[in-house]
Amino acid sequence: MIAEAGHYALVLALGLALIQSTVPIFGARWHDPALMNVARSTALAQMVFALGSFAALVTLHVTSDFSVVNVFENSHSLKPMIYKITGVWGNHEGSMLLWVSILALFGGLVAAFGNNLPLSLRAHVLAVQAWIASAFYLFILITSNPFLRIANPPIEGRDLNPVLQDIGLAVHPPMLYLGYVGFSISFSFAVAALIEGRIDAAWARWVRPWTLLAWIFLTLGIAMGSYWAYYELGWGGWWFWDPVENASLMPWLAGTALLHSAVVMEKRNALKVWTILLSILTFSLSLLGTFLVRSGVLTSVHAFATDPERGVFILLILCVFIGGSLSLYAWRASALKQGGLFAPISREGALVLNNLFLTTACATVFVGTLYPLALEVLTGDKISVGAPFFNLTFAPLFVPLLIAMPFGPLLAWKRGDLLGAAQRLFAAGIVALVTVAVIWAWTRGGSALAPLAIGLAVFVIAGALVDLTERIGLFRVPVAVVARRARGLPRSAWGTVFAHAGIGVALIGIVCETTWNSEYIGTMKPGDVTHVAGYELKLDRIMQRQGPNFREMVVPFDVSRDGRQLSTMTPSKRSFTTRETTTTESALLTRGVSQLYISLGETTADGAITVRIYHKPMVLLIWFGPVLMAFGGMMSLSDRRLRVGAPKPARAPRALQPAE
Amino acid sequence: MTRKQRRLTMIGGSLAVLGIAAALVLNALQDSIVFFSTPVMVAEKHIPPGRRFRLGGLVEKGSLVRGADLAVSFKVGDGSVTLPVSYKGILPDLFREGQGVVAEGALDTSGVFRADTVLAKHDETYMPKDVADALKKQGHWKDDYGAKAETEPGASQTAQGASQGVRE
Repeated sequence: MIAEAGHYALVLALGLALIQSTVPIFGARWHDPALMNVARSTALAQMVFALGSFAALVTLHVTSDFSVVNVFENSHSLKPMIYKITGVWGNHEGSMLLWVSILALFGGLVAAFGNNLPLSLRAHVLAVQAWIASAFYLFILITSNPFLRIANPPIEGRDLNPVLQDIGLAVHPPMLYLGYVGFSISFSFAVAALIEGRIDAAWARWVRPWTLLAWIFLTLGIAMGSYWAYYELGWGGWWFWDPVENASLMPWLAGTALLHSAVVMEKRNALKVWTILLSILTFSLSLLGTFLVRSGVLTSVHAFATDPERGVFILLILCVFIGGSLSLYAWRASALKQGGLFAPISREGALVLNNLFLTTACATVFVGTLYPLALEVLTGDKISVGAPFFNLTFAPLFVPLLIAMPFGPLLAWKRGDLLGAAQRLFAAGIVALVTVAVIWAWTRGGSALAPLAIGLAVFVIAGALVDLTERIGLFRVPVAVVARRARGLPRSAWGTVFAHAGIGVALIGIVCETTWNSEYIGTMKPGDVTHVAGYELKLDRIMQRQGPNFREMVVPFDVSRDGRQLSTMTPSKRSFTTRETTTTESALLTRGVSQLYISLGETTADGAITVRIYHKPMVLLIWFGPVLMAFGGMMSLSDRRLRVGAPKPARAPRALQPAE
Repeated sequence: MTRKQRRLTMIGGSLAVLGIAAALVLNALQDSIVFFSTPVMVAEKHIPPGRRFRLGGLVEKGSLVRGADLAVSFKVGDGSVTLPVSYKGILPDLFREGQGVVAEGALDTSGVFRADTVLAKHDETYMPKDVADALKKQGHWKDDYGAKAETEPGASQTAQGASQGVRE
């Protein structure tokens, strides 16, 4: 009953989306406010039905209704409740339903909060949003219906892939999708602007908060996915340049560029045509990411969905939307007026430079991800493009970007003073050079690259702080004035400082982890002791334990340093009987921002067990950086001017009714 | 600066960055990509020792030998030809005899593949995509492997039986 209701709700949502994608367009054409307002009500109703459908699937999973194929294949009655819920999007059908539900949610939010948008712009935006939604509803209903029933319901389900039974999975995909799908809003705004042939600074002010929101979620989603891979896959790696990871990195890079170009457009009314193109590209890359992950064209740890029919359908959606929007762009972009002159050395110039490097870096990731696929299709040769490729291409492009980053906020709009900015960054430069010297001396002439990279990261952080001190006049004016200025400083300026510093923080983590991590791999028996990076680890005993839907072998290690007992780490190996698979649950011990990491291998015939022990210095900074960036994004999102909303045409104030 | 000069500066700068990026990409594509081979292809192509490539195939049943200090050796085959592989380290959770594997490394002079990475990159049907494709091409494809993908509502029980057969 619930399955049928969910299915029916989805069909109704499709019907509503089809109305929403046509009627408002005609309304805008005929200048009929009633027809244009249809967009608002259909978007809200569509949101209700899509979320209702999703809620139905969640209910089916929670109640373990194995008469539904999707539940049977991905759930088990003994599975803990949290994984019954997260298992909803741990499979292809469910995750696509989550995708459209989020799309409908965003559409509904635009409808609900877009009251200050010009009526025709709102109608167009929601119509474009409904085109995307219709395509994906059709995709789900035709190729990946999660509500299909089984004729002879089995008693027990097949359980979720054990690797996915983890709290990381609860958060990572929804975050990522909120980011991916959030960019659909800026896409819809861009296409609407192209259809209307009109775009102004107010447009950028409407688009920016939505882009920022999507960017925050995507940043957190990527960071969380990376941390999940780090502790769950048991290799101690946090980024593999895997195509699925690249698929999320590309929209992030393009989205970051979009955020910055939208600033230029909002403040200076320049770079309009470019901003529109970036909006289209960012969402296109999100769609591409969905295609790469969901069609199973990749060889990848993540690609747990494989079905060519689906692949072709998504490819079709991809071609129609990317091809369509780019053709529309080619046709209509010339209609948009150019505006805003600026010198190459200026805030605008710096943001153009930022865009140039970010999009180029994105292009190299694009080549590295799709070249193997293209080569396989064309010649049949199979190749793998891994970390060495990206280290040689992506990294050199990021270095000039990071060097230029502190200069940007210090340059004035229209025409900046590079020398002045350099003088103000003098202190940051000194701090960075001292850091390089100290680290180089401390590591006694090891690799020169690592101290330099850390120096660069310190320069980025110090540069962000210099920007802040300059703005609030720290060290120059009395403390009371500083405090007042700090309070008065727009939150978007604080956001910039945090986000830029976050990049530096993440870079320090990345460099330290890759350069100075130490590892021990070997076999150990109960009572054996080993030393890693000054820590003493004693394998206590090997014991067996029964979990809710698995058996596990738990191996406690006593960790001590300088003869002082610190803690006990308990890595384990779980065997899931239903799927006959094992997973390795690594144990982590956090010391400051560094971590000790133990993961287990197989047991040998003589009762010993193979273990991998890593010491990862500063590793937590890798994820702390993105969190800082997302925090900066949230600060910026709470900025007064975005809260207050976009400028709207002055309306006659409603006269107060005189008292009787 | 005139408007034209400004525009030229911007376009020139952009082209320079794009040019550098293109050069970096082409350079990296020459040096840092790794080809994929199966044991048959290794035998046919006479890959010279020391050249890195990815080897994919099925781990031969009964070929896994564990030596001292984490050294392991096993044979990878694709139905007709097998190739000995040696590796030192911990094998991934999903490594099993009779199932697909991808290893990266190079041949030594005695014709043994010295792997430095062993990947168990595959989905729940226990078959790496590269390996599946290669086996399909050579006609050593067990239909069972595909059974789960085409699960029909009514046929899921037999499909389950089939995919469990695969796991045995």
